[in-house]
Amino acid sequence: MLEIRDLCFTRDNKNILEHINATFKTDKFIVITGPNGSGKSTLAKMIMGIEKPDSGSIIWEGEDITNLSIDERAKMGIGFAFQQPVKFKGITVYDLLKLSSKKDINKREACQILSKVGLCANEYVDREVNGSLSGGELKRIEIASVSVRKAKLTIFDEPEAGIDLWSFQNLIQIFEEMRKEIKGTTIIISHQERILEIADEILLMKAGKIEKQGNKEEILPLVFSRPLCCKLGGENNGENRL
Amino acid sequence: MEKTDYKLLSKITDASKYEGAYNIRKNGKGIERKVTENINIVSKQDNLGIEIYVKENTKFEFVHIPVIITQSGLKDVVYNDFYIGKNANVVIIAGCGIHNDHHNDSEHNGIHRFYLEEGAKVKYIEKHYGEGKGNGKRILNPVTEIYLKNGSRLEMESLQIKGVDSTIRTTKGELSENTSLTISEKIMTSNCQYAKTIFDIALNGQNASTKVISRSVATEESIQQFESKITGNAKCFGHVECDSIIKDNAKVIAIPEIIANNVEANLIHEAAIGKIAGEQLIKLMTLGLNEKEAEKVIINGFLGTA
Repeated sequence: MLEIRDLCFTRDNKNILEHINATFKTDKFIVITGPNGSGKSTLAKMIMGIEKPDSGSIIWEGEDITNLSIDERAKMGIGFAFQQPVKFKGITVYDLLKLSSKKDINKREACQILSKVGLCANEYVDREVNGSLSGGELKRIEIASVSVRKAKLTIFDEPEAGIDLWSFQNLIQIFEEMRKEIKGTTIIISHQERILEIADEILLMKAGKIEKQGNKEEILPLVFSRPLCCKLGGENNGENRL
Repeated sequence: MEKTDYKLLSKITDASKYEGAYNIRKNGKGIERKVTENINIVSKQDNLGIEIYVKENTKFEFVHIPVIITQSGLKDVVYNDFYIGKNANVVIIAGCGIHNDHHNDSEHNGIHRFYLEEGAKVKYIEKHYGEGKGNGKRILNPVTEIYLKNGSRLEMESLQIKGVDSTIRTTKGELSENTSLTISEKIMTSNCQYAKTIFDIALNGQNASTKVISRSVATEESIQQFESKITGNAKCFGHVECDSIIKDNAKVIAIPEIIANNVEANLIHEAAIGKIAGEQLIKLMTLGLNEKEAEKVIINGFLGTA
């Protein structure tokens, strides 16, 4: 179980997060949604240790991890998929998957993982994770690198960004498989209606605060009761995008 | 060969697996040699090097010509000339390892000249390495000259990872019609080491092309300088890419020069110098690596030494 206690974060005189309190239970699929700039990504980065709060604490499985480093948290079973995947010159997709996996994996296993994210494995496994790959390809490799970790808590920061409709189905399938296999906690930062619909719980954020946390039956009507672009401030350029 | 020689040799080449022709030079003298039906190696008359003759149409054979220096204070100069016959296709593996435990400087200047006949293909690999406890410097100044005739191709891989105090590496190429020269250089320097690379390639013939990729890591107080000059004298293509990771108090200087003497010459130079990106470290830390481990993975990946 993950607990967020009274988390505050201010930068350039702006309150990015204000007294955030939340509990994320094990074996739950939780989606954090809200307008751009509401603090969703900052909260996710704080859970991973990429950002440090000004005050408050983060408790993971009963242990205060607020002052632990990123790698210490990773070793405790927390994983993170970046919104903008990181590129590396000279590191191949296979290298990255080997680093990500807790056990040694051979190329055949790496190919199976890549196939799950909709990439034709043989074409990609030996390619460098560099700028020669498209945004969508990098994003799928990022998701593969995180799902292979089989972490007890996995955070995905806008996994749908840059993913086309065909691979969107795969993405949902990956979440469902992870859930069945690991029985851990999944936190997803998302604007996507179809991701919100598979959530056990939704946490709605606005201006650095949690406006409401509840199940989808409680939250979805709130999200969709007003014109979406006005309510969430997201780019309303896709039929299902908030 | 003594056991220590063998150990030093294994740093620059896989000495247990020599196939084909070879010539091993130690402390300024040839100590072992083997020739094959298609590849002949002969000493120059002044004994300042060797000539390697590869018969035309020789396919997929190897030539190893490693050099080791264990005598402190030795300055070794060697001229090795490679004559590659028409349509031959060979792999040439060279390199120099210096072990210096004493206070005098040890230096090796290897001048390698490649003459490729029509349609010949060569893959040339060289590794440079230094070790030893003494204050004497380990100095390597390799010069590579490449002359490509119509339709020939040379691919060069150069690696210097450790222990060389000072190096000036000069590579010159003259390319005629339908030729291709690819160079991949990887260098890492530390302490107060100095590494200078000079590329000077003339694209003289129609459809000549070259691609030069230099990746380097400069750490501590070391200094690196990268100078490249590509001259396009015909319809040709040249691309130079120089990427450096800089750490600590190191300095990296990149000086590009591209000269187009023909309206059809297409020449590109890219250079990037910067520290390891914070986001790369963070990504690897999210996979459970600590900062030092993450840095090592990034550098090894960048230099292809993983």
